Amino acid sequence: GNPLKTACSDGDGSERKIQFLHGTTTLAFKFQHGVIVAVDSRATAGAYIASQTVKKVIEINPYLLGTMAGGAADCSFWERLLARQCRVYELRNKERISVAAASKLLANMVYQYKGMGLSMGTMVCGWDKTGPGLYYVDSEGNRVCGDLFAVGSGSMYAYGIVDSGLKQKDLTVEEACDLGCRAIYQATYRDAYSGGQVNLYHVHSEGWNRVSQSDVLLLHQQYQAEKA
Amino acid sequence: MSYDRAITVFSPDGHLFQVEYAQEAVKKGSTAVGVRGKNVVVLGVEKKTVAKLQDDRTVRKICALDDNVFMAFAGLTADARIVVNRARVECQSHRLTVEDPVTVEYITRFISSIKQRYTQSSGRRPFGISSLIVGFDFDGTPHLYQTDPSGTYHAWKANAIGRSAKTVREFLEKNYKEEHMESDTDTIKLAIRALLEVVQSGGKNIELAIMKRDESMKILVQEEIEEYVTAIEKEKEEAEKQKKKT
Repeated sequence: GNPLKTACSDGDGSERKIQFLHGTTTLAFKFQHGVIVAVDSRATAGAYIASQTVKKVIEINPYLLGTMAGGAADCSFWERLLARQCRVYELRNKERISVAAASKLLANMVYQYKGMGLSMGTMVCGWDKTGPGLYYVDSEGNRVCGDLFAVGSGSMYAYGIVDSGLKQKDLTVEEACDLGCRAIYQATYRDAYSGGQVNLYHVHSEGWNRVSQSDVLLLHQQYQAEKA
Repeated sequence: MSYDRAITVFSPDGHLFQVEYAQEAVKKGSTAVGVRGKNVVVLGVEKKTVAKLQDDRTVRKICALDDNVFMAFAGLTADARIVVNRARVECQSHRLTVEDPVTVEYITRFISSIKQRYTQSSGRRPFGISSLIVGFDFDGTPHLYQTDPSGTYHAWKANAIGRSAKTVREFLEKNYKEEHMESDTDTIKLAIRALLEVVQSGGKNIELAIMKRDESMKILVQEEIEEYVTAIEKEKEEAEKQKKKT
């Protein structure tokens, strides 16, 4: 039948709000050399896989990244608006905006729409004069600073991998990237709503760079081979 | 036409008369001087002699805007109160939205935008004050800015506003020495010496506030000011004696 109808109606056919499925796995963690950001790329509408190639990392500016979980439109729209605000700040104050301030701008923007149906769970990641910065901001009005966040239906599986991997102190950049990649892969392995590719970014003092994009099916073969 | 003297519109030869008249009001206000040292910033104002029954401490012309910024003004005291209040609120709003204290430049820019807005709104007149804004930024750099009724602002190493500002500024230009700014005492002395040029009856009529890096503003008590004044007069005497000898 009509996919929109399944998304918008209750069992007995009466209409209700469109259910955004937070089918995704996104994670970010701070380490000695900055912040690692890793996301999957699957978009689902119910049991239908709408896309395997969604870009869930939004490049706010050369030194700030935002992740996407919840409503894709809400995330990309508000983060683009945030990018505009950040640029104006830079021009007015002749210096880069801090991660704390950028995340606060975003949180204050969406707080005005609290209760009106926005769905956004994002991590604002960057490097400013106080070092690496990582904030979780959502449409409920939460804004939390932290060293590690995983957001989405696959987040629990990702936490398992990252928590055990971060036990050893002082990871190198390569080790941290592998950890992020592995965590997303494991989440896609168990969570039906996550999959596609793992997009990996590293944020350091000079800005961010895109480390890799790996198809999870190829990763699967790679990890299986390593096991043997 | 008579109307361009009443509200803020351009005159045929390109002047905003109301703004210029506001600047005249500033020239009638008591003198204020500011000096930016390397590790200390100083603001001094001429204290008008108060009536016998008046409580001296309720008339403060130097106001703290936040822990790291304070300002003095010359001109209409009532107008200044409005500006200071708005600036104080903005300092806190900035802390709330950006999670950092304001930079001296930011709050100066904010104050200047308010002043400019009033030169362009109907039914309002410009603020009749010039202000000297000093403080330290988050990264420890000291700053001194001056704003005027038109809404422009500039950074200065040392400056004066109000009555006799010209005389004081000339004194500062002659006596400001970059090397002396390393010493806190010399910076403070320069501000006091500049004010002494124009105030009647010496130290009694001077109010002085200093701020050292990472410390809050300190308003000097009368005794401390007298100490500096005596030291300055002694130095003057020594200089005179040396001149007579040679």
